[in-house]
Amino acid sequence: MPASADPSQPSGKALTALRITRFDLVQRVAHWANAVLFGILMLTALPLYFSSVERLVGRHLLIAEIHLWAGVALPVPLVVSVLGPWGARMRRDIRRISRWTEDEVRWLWRLGRNAPQITDKFNPAQKLNAIFVAGAIVVMLGTGLILKWFNVFPVNWREGATFVHEVLGLAIFIVVIGHIGFALTHRDALRSMVRGWVPEAWARKHAPRWLHEEREGVALRRRKTVRSVESRADATADPRGDLL
Amino acid sequence: MTESSQDHLERPVRVGRRVFLGMIGLGAVGIVAGAAVQRRLGEMLGSGLGRLLPGGDNFQIYSVTNTFPLITPDRYRLEVTGLVERPLTLTLADLEAMPSTKLVETFQCVTGWQVPDVHWEGVKLSDVLDAARVKPEAVALSFDSYDGSDTESLTLDQARLPDVIVAYRMLGGPITTEHGGPVRLYVAPMFGYKSLKWLSAIRVVDKVEPGFWEQSGYPVNGWLDGSTGPSDSASG
Repeated sequence: MPASADPSQPSGKALTALRITRFDLVQRVAHWANAVLFGILMLTALPLYFSSVERLVGRHLLIAEIHLWAGVALPVPLVVSVLGPWGARMRRDIRRISRWTEDEVRWLWRLGRNAPQITDKFNPAQKLNAIFVAGAIVVMLGTGLILKWFNVFPVNWREGATFVHEVLGLAIFIVVIGHIGFALTHRDALRSMVRGWVPEAWARKHAPRWLHEEREGVALRRRKTVRSVESRADATADPRGDLL
Repeated sequence: MTESSQDHLERPVRVGRRVFLGMIGLGAVGIVAGAAVQRRLGEMLGSGLGRLLPGGDNFQIYSVTNTFPLITPDRYRLEVTGLVERPLTLTLADLEAMPSTKLVETFQCVTGWQVPDVHWEGVKLSDVLDAARVKPEAVALSFDSYDGSDTESLTLDQARLPDVIVAYRMLGGPITTEHGGPVRLYVAPMFGYKSLKWLSAIRVVDKVEPGFWEQSGYPVNGWLDGSTGPSDSASG
């Protein structure tokens, strides 16, 4: 195993070495497109749900139309960023988000009371947030479509869909407000979603295992390039395959 | 990197997939069983708290135009025109002087929300029609709203049902502007969109003219039981 660059030793590339890419451009565009759609949906939901707001705003049909089309567009940023040839990092992060250590599972069952040994790129709360958003998109879209094309569905299904849409909508408001709150109070994390990188010191403190993988990955990839120039046989894509 | 922390990740639990699929499963169960759950919760919590629940007992206020038309009770007029012997222009006081009907019904929107036990008071539409003396060739009614855009329709048979009223009281008081006051239609056996708000005119006509929502695809006959045949009679 090659020796990874020791973070304590400043090298000639010190400036670039201090920045670790956390989200690539594809991920950031997907995140902000998703955020804008969520914002539109949440804003237009207010007059649709609260008659006091509807009284101030009016324009019921226009707002309902905006809400509908923003909802239909909702899965697009995520689907495009995951399935496209540009989505390697996105897919890798989804795998990270789906896989939990036993420590993290215990954190979930104890409702966050014991802090898990955080080593991976995302802590369990961040993972849960991402999973929740993905599930919420599917369920809100499904129930929303029932409310729009209600003719085909029995009345008690429409009632059930209304119920689910509203309860989950309330949960989304709570989660999104919490998400924004965390973002505004964690500037390094916020910057990584705006400009892509975190300081190495941040990664060492919050995600040492991920930092290690990134470094190993970089080292392995570099080694592979050399090797593939010699013989083009090596096609292992995931650098972690070598690690584990 | 120590071996033990790598062991941690070697037996990962696919929490992501489980929670994701679990949410979708819960959503599906909610669609099928949500109505019953909501009703049970509402009963458990009583109507006071039940009203605070999402989806519980709240009117969703619709207006098809940009604003709510504001009509003061003294300026309110209801025109009854078309195929009648005696066209009428009724004030709110005229309506209140006629025999009143009280109804307590669940208000049911076609998209799924509902409000149980809504109190209504008004004049039977059939009494208004009798006062105007409908001509024999009349078949249907068209309703206009003070908002200038919304319209509705009923066949004459539907309009003569005893629980179809021209309402001037609702929820224990005069009908508020947002609920379509001072006077609106209330068609108890049909979905909410048939109960036109801010009723301004009743035109007696010789064929059914589909109203605003029906032109956007809602059934012309909005029976709560879902029967939507074009020739539904009032007996249903």
